[in-house]
Amino acid sequence: MSTDRSRLSNLAWSLGPLLGLVVVSLIFGAIEYQVATDEGREPQFFTPQSVQVVLNHASLIGVAALGMTLIIIAGGIDLSAGTAIALTATVIAWIYREGFEGMADWRDTSPVLATLVLSTLAIIGGVLTGCLCGFVNGGLISLLRLVPFIVTLGTMTAFQGIGRTISGETPVRAYGKVPDAVASLQKPYPDPEWMLVSPSVWIMLILAAIVALALRYTVFGRHVFAIGSNESTARLCGINVVRTRILVYTLAGVFVGVAGLYQFTVLGGEGDPVSGLGLELKVIAAVVIGGGSLNGGRGSILGTLSGACIITVIQHGCVLIGVPDHYQDILIGLIIIAAVTIDQLRIRLQAN
Amino acid sequence: MPPLLGMSGIGKRFGATQALDEVSFELHAGRVMALIGENGAGKSTLMKVLSGACPADNGSMNVAGTPYRPLGPSSARDAGIAMIYQELNLAPDLSVEDNIMLGQEDQRWGLLSRGQQRPRVRQVLDRLGHPELRPDTPVGQLSVGAQQLVEIARALIGQARVIVFDEPTSSLAGQDVLRLFDVIRRLRGDGIGVVYISHFLEEVRELCDDYTVLRDGQVAGTGVLEGTTEAEIVSMMVGRKVEELFPTVPHTAGDPVLHLEGLTGRATPRDIDLVLHRGEILGIAGLVGAGRTEMLRCLFGLDPVVSGTVRVGGIIRRPLPETMIHSGLALVSEDRKDEGLAQDRSLSDNITYSHLSPYTRFGLLNLGRRRHAVAECMQELAIKANSPEQSVAELSGGNQQKVALARVLHQDADVLLLDEPTRGIDVGTKAEVYRLVGEQAAAGKAVLFVSSYTPELLAVCDRVAVLARGQLQEIRAASEWTEETLINCAIGSDGAAA
Repeated sequence: MSTDRSRLSNLAWSLGPLLGLVVVSLIFGAIEYQVATDEGREPQFFTPQSVQVVLNHASLIGVAALGMTLIIIAGGIDLSAGTAIALTATVIAWIYREGFEGMADWRDTSPVLATLVLSTLAIIGGVLTGCLCGFVNGGLISLLRLVPFIVTLGTMTAFQGIGRTISGETPVRAYGKVPDAVASLQKPYPDPEWMLVSPSVWIMLILAAIVALALRYTVFGRHVFAIGSNESTARLCGINVVRTRILVYTLAGVFVGVAGLYQFTVLGGEGDPVSGLGLELKVIAAVVIGGGSLNGGRGSILGTLSGACIITVIQHGCVLIGVPDHYQDILIGLIIIAAVTIDQLRIRLQAN
Repeated sequence: MPPLLGMSGIGKRFGATQALDEVSFELHAGRVMALIGENGAGKSTLMKVLSGACPADNGSMNVAGTPYRPLGPSSARDAGIAMIYQELNLAPDLSVEDNIMLGQEDQRWGLLSRGQQRPRVRQVLDRLGHPELRPDTPVGQLSVGAQQLVEIARALIGQARVIVFDEPTSSLAGQDVLRLFDVIRRLRGDGIGVVYISHFLEEVRELCDDYTVLRDGQVAGTGVLEGTTEAEIVSMMVGRKVEELFPTVPHTAGDPVLHLEGLTGRATPRDIDLVLHRGEILGIAGLVGAGRTEMLRCLFGLDPVVSGTVRVGGIIRRPLPETMIHSGLALVSEDRKDEGLAQDRSLSDNITYSHLSPYTRFGLLNLGRRRHAVAECMQELAIKANSPEQSVAELSGGNQQKVALARVLHQDADVLLLDEPTRGIDVGTKAEVYRLVGEQAAAGKAVLFVSSYTPELLAVCDRVAVLARGQLQEIRAASEWTEETLINCAIGSDGAAA
């Protein structure tokens, strides 16, 4: 009986971040309703459009946070995620720009095929760039035996520098060279209406499901939790810690790559290497609000996605109410602290 | 004269469990009282009540005749009660002096007056019989034994009249233990009352004057040690007659399975030659720092092998935990908390981490099948837990140790490397571990059994090897050793230890 109860309470706690999302939404919904009726306009918060916008907006942070969740569960951190996203966006833009010129003749003869090949190249290039960034992080951490915080603090700056080397003075622009299918990834209101939410949200959800299942049902997933929970134990049990860690960072790079693609389309087909600074903190915040522990060993995909949504609901809600930008930052900051406090309380409660 | 410390009718309930029930005892000045009991008997709860970390539900306490109602750790200190916990509370980067004076600095308007402080620190270290400890050494550079002295000195500076030691020798060995005993005897001579919590009955007999045995939150017995036999105390602890402390399972040695030839690690071990046979339990004795743990870690690939070879079947070129596990070795770490177990993971995870392949197909886990296997494992070893998914941190020490052993058994290894497998667990569980090890040997497994507890080495092992300063001194059949010869050999003929 006590088994059932402890499982039930675990389930309840794992739904905590989702509950937080509901609470935050209700609060903003209520305030917005009040403000809107005072101003004599229709309330907009609880509308399908609003949901579409929030989810679409959350997808960039959300998709990058999937990888960050892996890293944080494995006891690491990645401060370079933001600039790596910007770097991949820059690489994608560069491939589109250069490829478009290079394929000029081919495009005349068979435009569809040429566009398809170019987009494939760009997307694969972007994802590979993300993976490479992750691989470098994981490799440096493992081989030099340095703290992830320091290594990624270094690569954070380095990735931005590499991006600026590629772009030169101005951002890499590929306006008009990107096919609609790619350019509309981040359109909040999808073209065939039955899709309900933007393609980027669907991609995020599919990837999220894969990662969640992998964490639970694969040997790799067990190993990620093991090294985050206690690295010495993992070593003792014959888990190849170095390989697993490099794999975790490299895999997280896939999500950085996808986030880079989103960033590229958000900017309307532009790759700006300096657009990523600060993004990493939102990504980490999403994981932490979602119950991820910076000590490693804990975190969940459902929580992380809820965390990403909480952040965007606050931003969106503030815009609708007309609260200036800087208050949003304060609010998000408070939410992060509240989330961690609740988590600590939970640990203390369960310890007793 | 009223007792220095009196507890009467102390009760404490956590949810459904009555952790303490009508516990009463008296401690007199200049006496050392042993507080004995199995894990979960209520010792730590009692100490929490005493230190003010958690309030008692009922009962009362007196210190030297005046009522004592602690509100928190500071009221314990004000009343002259000091606790020395297993995990020391020291700031490793601060010096000996700063650690001793931490929170009770000599100061004037917020400025440290080192001139006043230094003589007091020296005086206390003298009083403990250790003037050689330099006040300005960073504590992190000291041995665990010396760090303990720093804590004791801190208690004395705080005018402690009662000092509680919680399993102080669990992380010490050999000489450090003797040094600690010497210090405790000095404290007793100074009229301080000492509560000494320990699992080691031999230590208790050597050091203590009185005893109080706790069982299931109640006092199972209390009195003067002189004239009380060990068997009597043990039966008070476990609540039944213990026919054998060391159950054995008949087994016979077979073919050799593990060869070490000139195995040498970074500092220790040095040039170890050893052959281990199937169906054999080989004990490894030695002082802390003799290189016993390092030898196991080396041959298991956790620490680098500098020279020499490890042979299991064939020669292992470069030992790594992965390859050694693959070759049929398994290791139980001496450090259950920080290495042996991933504390916040489930029993299932901890038991199967080293051997997930039975439940894996194409990298995917069959969690149902694994759960089933783990449940069987739990039953076999009588591990007390709510479910296979419960986190290991919530289990008692003895049950945690069983989980660590369960992993090794689950792995079905041929060679078991057990590093202090009975450290910090109660008498009953120890007996279960001995039986388990015997059963493994009877099933043809080979066991390397490292221990600092000489009686168990002599009782459980077939042969016992002694290490000193990283080198193998001597291997003999267990029957040919006595506790004295073993300890003499571990200290080394010249009497100087590493």
